[in-house]
Amino acid sequence: MQDSILSRTLWLLKSADSGLWEVVGLSLRVSGTAVLISCAFGFILGGVLATTRFRGRSAIHIFLNASMSMPPVVVGLIVYMLLSRSGPLGWLGLLYTPTAMIIAQTLLITPLIAALSRQIIEDLFNEYAEQFASMRLSFFKKIRATLWDARFSLLTVALAGLGRSLSEVGAVIIVGGNIEHLTRVMTTAIALETSKGDLPMALALGAILLTIALLINTLLSMLNLSARRFAYA
Amino acid sequence: MHNKLQVAEALKPKYSDSSSALKDPAAIIELRNVRYSSQAKLLLKNIDLKISRGGITAVMGYNGAGKSLLIKILHGILQADTGDVLWDGELANSSQKQSEAQKQAMVFQKPTLLRRSVKANLMFSLNKQTKLSAIEKCVALLDLVRLAHLADNPARRLSGGEQQRLALARALASKPDVLFLDEATASLDPASASVIEDIVIKQKQQGVKIIMVTHDVAQAERLADDVILLHRGEVVEQALASCFFNNPKTQVAKAYLSGQLWND
Repeated sequence: MQDSILSRTLWLLKSADSGLWEVVGLSLRVSGTAVLISCAFGFILGGVLATTRFRGRSAIHIFLNASMSMPPVVVGLIVYMLLSRSGPLGWLGLLYTPTAMIIAQTLLITPLIAALSRQIIEDLFNEYAEQFASMRLSFFKKIRATLWDARFSLLTVALAGLGRSLSEVGAVIIVGGNIEHLTRVMTTAIALETSKGDLPMALALGAILLTIALLINTLLSMLNLSARRFAYA
Repeated sequence: MHNKLQVAEALKPKYSDSSSALKDPAAIIELRNVRYSSQAKLLLKNIDLKISRGGITAVMGYNGAGKSLLIKILHGILQADTGDVLWDGELANSSQKQSEAQKQAMVFQKPTLLRRSVKANLMFSLNKQTKLSAIEKCVALLDLVRLAHLADNPARRLSGGEQQRLALARALASKPDVLFLDEATASLDPASASVIEDIVIKQKQQGVKIIMVTHDVAQAERLADDVILLHRGEVVEQALASCFFNNPKTQVAKAYLSGQLWND
């Protein structure tokens, strides 16, 4: 039986089953968009927290660190309540759409990206502080130089965010509803196909998910290698 | 401290170099009653000090005497709790005012280099100039510190001596009137230290004021025109180098120069 599952999995992958690739494409689109939005917010928030001192900064720190381990289903539930017809944003009609999934994933990974980027930027900013003070650089120039020098580490953070969003299932299944041809992504499809007993399809999706995870990790290793070779040391 | 006034006159520049001789003989930097404390501990105690224009001033003293604190306050990257810092007789208590008064740069004991290539580190300091001019100056500075062959290497992968030479080149990129060196040759091999010393002497000959912290008595004897000896946050002796090394006035100076630990 295992042989037949494996051979059907390979056949699905080889035959470029359109349903399968539709699910893969939507997963990448939802997670990729969520990561881009999260990086825009997260890097700015992380940068502000790393380089400025203000009242309530520690509280934001604690909140971000706590949010990193927030269960996806809780995020999904919050977004569901916001977007449901009776919720404050129900009039937007976004529930059970890819946009709702993007919102949920953005909320899920922004704290991760903000917290990790804050740590990276703060460490480097402090390391450079005395030298930059000696060079009489403006605040803007200090930030620009720090961000540029932290670029490899920040890319690593972005890829870590992509990994988390691609592998997440709890939030997207609540706000997306796992609707075929509309909101079905890899993780929700794997859950569904497994419960239906269609193991070859679930395995094919799992193989693709693992391959993407492997590619992300390879990319991370290559980034670290480049960083060491070209600038980091 | 008692002989500070005695040597004030003697601290006028003594160079045969004509460009230096034309300089204003008045003090370039003056500290008045400067105090600095950290974690409820007074680390610099009522420092009154005049530093002459031109030449090399060595700041010496036992570990923990406050030498690095003193030059950071002189450089303006640390603010004194009380007291005044004057540059050319003008009050300059903030780093911004100090920058306006004089162009200055500092080389730290442990250089902080950017995560970039050797060349990019220098170009970063030359960014106020046109690209062509910056490239020319970058090449000249790399030649000066003998790092031209490593221009494209990651700066943080250089050896300690090479990193320090790059830090010196970066400091010189701003064409400073005053150059601060905080134990810039500590832990370097003799060859690397020698390259840095040669550059420092050339800068002095070009009229750059050098203020250097050093523990190396032989180096101070070779380079310094005058010496400030700090002890437990106080200036205990300020004298011409020849006077200080041949005829130290205080017991602390005698003990320091003879390599003895100071015990009260």
